[in-house]
Amino acid sequence: MCLILLSIGLLLCSGVVSLLAGSNGKPANIFGAGGAILGCLGGVVPATWILLTGKSEEIRWAWSVPYGSFSMRVDSLSALFLIPIFILCGLSALYGFEYMNAARNRKSLGRFWFFFNTLAAGMAVVAIAANGILFLMAWEIMALSSFFLVTFDNEDKSVQRAGWIYLTATHLGTAFLLVLFLLLGHQCGAGLLDFDLFLAARSHMAPMANVIFILAVIGFGAKAGFIPFHVWLPEAHPAAPSPVSAVMSGVMIKTGIYGLLRTLSFLENPAPWWGWLLIGVGLVSGILGVLFALAQHDLKRLLAYHSVENIGIITLGLGLGLLGVSMKSPALAVFGFGGGLLHVVNHALFKGLLFLGAGSVQHATGTRAIDRLGGLIKQMPWTAATFLIGAVAISGLPPLNGFISEFLIYAGAFHAVGEPHVAAAGAVVILALALIGGLAAACFTKAFGIVFLGLPRSAEAAHVHEAGWAMRIPTLVLAAGCILVALFAPKMVMLTTRAVGIITMLPASSIESSVSFAVGPMSSIVLVAGLFALIAVLSACVRHGILSGRTVEQTCTWDCGYVRPAASMQYTASSFAQPLTKMFEALLRPKVKLGKPDGLFPGAACFHSETGDLFTRSVYRPLFAGVELLASRLRFLQAGRVQLYILYIALTLLILLIWNLK
Amino acid sequence: MNTCSLALPLLALLLAPLLTGIINRTKALMAGRTGQPLLQLYFDLAKLLMKGAVYSKTTSLVFRAGPVIGLAAAITALLLLPMGRVAAPVSFPGDFILLAYLLGVMRFFTVIAALDTGSAFEGMGASREVQFSALAEPALLLGLAAAAQAGRVVMPAGVSEPGGLVSLSSTYCRLSTAVWMHSGPALFLVAGALLVVFLAENSRIPFDDPNTHLELTMIHEVMVLDHSGPDFAMILYGSSLKIWIIGALLSGIVVPVKTGNQLLDAGLIIIGLFVLAIVTGMIESTMARLRLLRVPQLLVSAGLLSMLALGLIFWS
Repeated sequence: MCLILLSIGLLLCSGVVSLLAGSNGKPANIFGAGGAILGCLGGVVPATWILLTGKSEEIRWAWSVPYGSFSMRVDSLSALFLIPIFILCGLSALYGFEYMNAARNRKSLGRFWFFFNTLAAGMAVVAIAANGILFLMAWEIMALSSFFLVTFDNEDKSVQRAGWIYLTATHLGTAFLLVLFLLLGHQCGAGLLDFDLFLAARSHMAPMANVIFILAVIGFGAKAGFIPFHVWLPEAHPAAPSPVSAVMSGVMIKTGIYGLLRTLSFLENPAPWWGWLLIGVGLVSGILGVLFALAQHDLKRLLAYHSVENIGIITLGLGLGLLGVSMKSPALAVFGFGGGLLHVVNHALFKGLLFLGAGSVQHATGTRAIDRLGGLIKQMPWTAATFLIGAVAISGLPPLNGFISEFLIYAGAFHAVGEPHVAAAGAVVILALALIGGLAAACFTKAFGIVFLGLPRSAEAAHVHEAGWAMRIPTLVLAAGCILVALFAPKMVMLTTRAVGIITMLPASSIESSVSFAVGPMSSIVLVAGLFALIAVLSACVRHGILSGRTVEQTCTWDCGYVRPAASMQYTASSFAQPLTKMFEALLRPKVKLGKPDGLFPGAACFHSETGDLFTRSVYRPLFAGVELLASRLRFLQAGRVQLYILYIALTLLILLIWNLK
Repeated sequence: MNTCSLALPLLALLLAPLLTGIINRTKALMAGRTGQPLLQLYFDLAKLLMKGAVYSKTTSLVFRAGPVIGLAAAITALLLLPMGRVAAPVSFPGDFILLAYLLGVMRFFTVIAALDTGSAFEGMGASREVQFSALAEPALLLGLAAAAQAGRVVMPAGVSEPGGLVSLSSTYCRLSTAVWMHSGPALFLVAGALLVVFLAENSRIPFDDPNTHLELTMIHEVMVLDHSGPDFAMILYGSSLKIWIIGALLSGIVVPVKTGNQLLDAGLIIIGLFVLAIVTGMIESTMARLRLLRVPQLLVSAGLLSMLALGLIFWS
């Protein structure tokens, strides 16, 4: 605990030092990144220790703020979120050390590192806070520092817009959380907001449990990116500098999942419809997330939509787990929550990796437009290899870590199919996961294939350089992480299921006996994965043996006998995704600009499609337009005369006094 | 695990190319031709393995890794495939998920190897492949879930199998004539869904025509246009293993006979596979391929059949 606090302190201090050194780029960069790396290293060790031993530690100090004490607590659930936070923040800081260097003369790096380190510290405090006020303070620090990071390039109009959307969305979410914590405090009687008291008063929560649950789903869902609260994600993530996108997408949105799980631990006897609601949210987020990702032409926007999809997968797991708790089926609870939690960790690894890879691509080519890239694997083999590992992992394919967590959720769904009352839920989850898996594979063959393979589609993509070591090492570490999690799958599943007891409060013995159902298949999966690797290596050797000594020629790609294929003749990302986007046109509603070739000697033709967000267009824009209209009607109140304002104040006071007289 | 289990993958490795021969022979007979020898694919593979290779200058290591990883995934998937009451060499609850996803790995690497050539034709084939397989996946997994449940209704398991998470081996071990008597309609629907998945995943008519000569209309064949020599042999062999794998899943459901002798049961299922190859040949001779726009509809309806089968089992 002390070590964790120390490293959070180090993060904050190095941020301030970096801010003070801000006018000079280099020291700011060194202090900021160095402090972040050291702080995160210092934090990851004790967090891992707590997860491995399964113990929990806490501190409690009195403070002058009302509503309880300054208390913090690290248990297995916190540790599961703390470890990815520290790992990804540390690696992104190392990456940012080189990545941000390019902006040294343009911008104050001190400001960047101050907010980056504050964001890391804020997230860590969110995961360990054991008091409502402390939690909300850390939550706000996290939201504000990430807002300033998103708007790093604040002279860009689109970045400004993204920043405002993010700020609005996160604060609307926080409004729900305020009510949530006040309700929790009210229900446990004393009006104090300490988490221990919430836990002790679990049985008194029942009358308001449904309201609390809904508030948590909306408030935390806005941060996590549940559809329809996801609209800020595809705006903010591409706008932010790449190390920040990696941190935001990899771990920051997971604090929403953490908050939801922590709230669930305060409520007992969940109603079955809670599980159904989460499954519904997961289904919609997962499928729409991946469909919108398919239709994007901007690499980072595509990845941002994929975060929505992965949050959907996590939510499907949580929904199954919740159904398991309400149906008194510990095995289902272990599969669902265990799978969801492991996917939280896995997504941090591969999404961090993919965003950093996309950052390297942007760094090298200056563009994020997928259709302007191509053939990067030749000049950037390291980035390509790690991006490929991330792509295979995020598609949920064996033998990498994405498969392990998706397998657990699948296993929960198949388990549910065989049990009364939850069979339909199981079938829905199987359907959703299978469809999402296929579409994710389509999306990532597109992202990897068009960006890294084939011929360069533009001059920017033709003259590139591989990223430097400071940018390469983090991606290599994350890629290794994807492999290691899969290699030690039985141990990983064992560790994540520890947190299930904290969320569900099921008796330890029933969880213990169900964990074996989750861990059992893992050793076989690792065995098969090992055999797969062995067979692949053997086949490669056989192929090498056969081809050695034979003539191996180089020629151009087959194009029906046309011998001068050009880069512009290649399939593009838009054409690759076209059959699928066409199929789901009713949902995606892309805006298409088409200039058809005509005449006997047609001139230039053009095709351009853009897929905006369904909910931004059809829900939020009309909603906010309505609010603006209403506000403009009330503008007459604000006439600019001080006397009038004093009258308003006096009137308000009068009304309040009369109210009190009653 | 016993020696019979170990023999299963070996048998598959040996016999899989024969299925393609049977399909082609059936088509030839239906068209009134003599047709190629039954062992033609073996000859082709031997010939290709003797050759050198030609690579496009555009390609990278990914193009060379595609066939290797694809074949390795298919061989690994064989380790999870049971035949009747002969269990697979490796079996554990939920192994069918791994099997389906290993086929996914095969597809993923075939697709990126195709994109590596930078050819518009291969991009087009890759794009269609990912579209159709995304729709076939739910039908396959839900169909297997229904088959597993149908068996569990008649032969409930003990505490070792809580809920519906069973292994492929125990699913196929349970399927019997009694199960067909009990939930015949559901199993019939599952078989229908799996037949659609079988034809779609293996790029047969009515989804794809393996013999077409126009690049624009191909799906699977066009993705491997640029592969040559041993690489192409690996691809052809991998595809024939894939026919064997999905075919065996289907054959295991429609041949539920349990004679009492394990070997005889497995043999019956292999005969079922050969019959399936003949049926495929007949389908290919009597049907035209669907318009590409119609293909998703057929795949979605296969998914619905699986869903319906699952519903029927719960209902009864």
